[in-house]
Amino acid sequence: MSTFSVAQPGRPRALVDFYLTAMRTAVQAQLQYRVNNYFWMLGWVAEPVIYLVVWTTVAEQSGGSVDGNTAGYFAAYYIVWTLVRNMNFGLSTYAWEWRIREGILSGQLLRPLHPIHYDLAFFAGWKFVAIFLWIPIAVALSLLFEPTLDPSVLEIVVFAVAIWGAYLIRSLNLWALGTVNFWTTRGAALSELYIVVELLLSGRLVPLQLLPAWAQTLAGLLPFKWTFYFPIEALIGDLSRAELAKGLAMQVFWTAVGTALVAVMWRRGIRRYSAVNG
Amino acid sequence: MNALGIAWLHFRLGAMNELQYRANLVIQVFQSLLQLGIGLVMLALVYSHTTNLNGWSQPELLAVLGIQILMGGVIRTAIQPNMTRLMEEVQDGKLDHALAKPVDSQVLISVREVRIWQAVDLVTGAVVLGVALVRLGGDLGMLNVLAFAAALVLGAVMIYSFWLVLTTAAFWVVRMDNVLDLFDGVYQTGRWPVGIYPSWLRFGVTFLVPVAFAVTVPAEAVTSRLEWQTLLLAAIFAVALFTFTRWFWRFGLRNYTGASA
Repeated sequence: MSTFSVAQPGRPRALVDFYLTAMRTAVQAQLQYRVNNYFWMLGWVAEPVIYLVVWTTVAEQSGGSVDGNTAGYFAAYYIVWTLVRNMNFGLSTYAWEWRIREGILSGQLLRPLHPIHYDLAFFAGWKFVAIFLWIPIAVALSLLFEPTLDPSVLEIVVFAVAIWGAYLIRSLNLWALGTVNFWTTRGAALSELYIVVELLLSGRLVPLQLLPAWAQTLAGLLPFKWTFYFPIEALIGDLSRAELAKGLAMQVFWTAVGTALVAVMWRRGIRRYSAVNG
Repeated sequence: MNALGIAWLHFRLGAMNELQYRANLVIQVFQSLLQLGIGLVMLALVYSHTTNLNGWSQPELLAVLGIQILMGGVIRTAIQPNMTRLMEEVQDGKLDHALAKPVDSQVLISVREVRIWQAVDLVTGAVVLGVALVRLGGDLGMLNVLAFAAALVLGAVMIYSFWLVLTTAAFWVVRMDNVLDLFDGVYQTGRWPVGIYPSWLRFGVTFLVPVAFAVTVPAEAVTSRLEWQTLLLAAIFAVALFTFTRWFWRFGLRNYTGASA
């Protein structure tokens, strides 16, 4: 089983090479399905547009703002949301179910690297296509909804780092959740619960300051807000340097937790998998 | 054999098939409750910051939510599974088997699949709608109930027609499985009365994807704000869309050469 250990020591060069090649392959593969990619994107862009319209309507009816958040703020929030969402999608847990059921995982086990590297690299490459296709959508939304956006250079830099942090944390968590499928064939129910909790406490549904105080406290204890709310606020909000630094530090922390979780779940799950398939 | 007979036969067959997998009912109830939970949380959040949204009170929007879930149940029980199967068969070249049968092809491809567990949403939606109506308190009146029923049926016809037009396009495009994601996304706009959307979007979710007719119009009926002109427009649009769909399906068939041939 030692061949499956994360990042083989002494071979960081090879790993970097692997990532670059796998990402390039993903870019080529996804560019072929531009139309299908667009259908999919237009489908999910409906989600933030709905939230945006609802909160803009509330703001307009309450004399221009909701708890001090203006229509321009909501527009900026949900437009940046679309980029962050584009960045933080990863391997769905349904794909896990399918891999195990169809025996695809068995083939992946024969490869020399820990399978998570293939997924991380593939989706990282896909991001470049997703961002490329996202640009016209962002332009259209900006023209339609007039966001208030005035980031400093530092905020842009932090944002650029934080969206990759969001990608890592969310991918690792979903991957760890996917390994639950080693134990049960009904892993989907658990992941749906996860998605719902994430939706409410990450800033995906609403900017967190609109939640009741206890929910905000709860969100502070969980990893979710660092994958939606923090990157968005880093760009559009007025976070101090200390807050920006703290946010990035929290991302590092949750990445470490996610990595540990993946390592533990994988090691235990794979034993179970071998046992099931004899 | 008439169309209804065929539909009934397929319904029984599909139901018996699905009844083998009873655990799926539990999963479906769980999913339905999660979705309902999100809807309720969002409503609570919005109404903690305002008392009316574009003229709609909280119980009125609860009625909208109920109808959106209910119609979603109809779509996923009877409409979407048939269209997905049609899309797959066009891709794999298996549609020829259905076309070779001596019945109306449009009837056949529209009734072959039924996912009875998805009908959980019919119950959830009806319960939510019922709670909303009790909270609204007022007497509905026979006329409103009839208008509601009519609007619901017309809405379902429009959604069906929309789906079939889109699926028929697969004769030319072949691969379009992500259309499902597109529809699911757009259908979520139905959670809110279309009046809140900017005009370009309102037009889109009324005439391009008829979500407004399927959800908002029935909701207007139960909240006593439906004007008879709106219902008339819905009826005209439904008939026109259905007629177009019928023609488009046949047009598509004439152009279909069969992938396996």
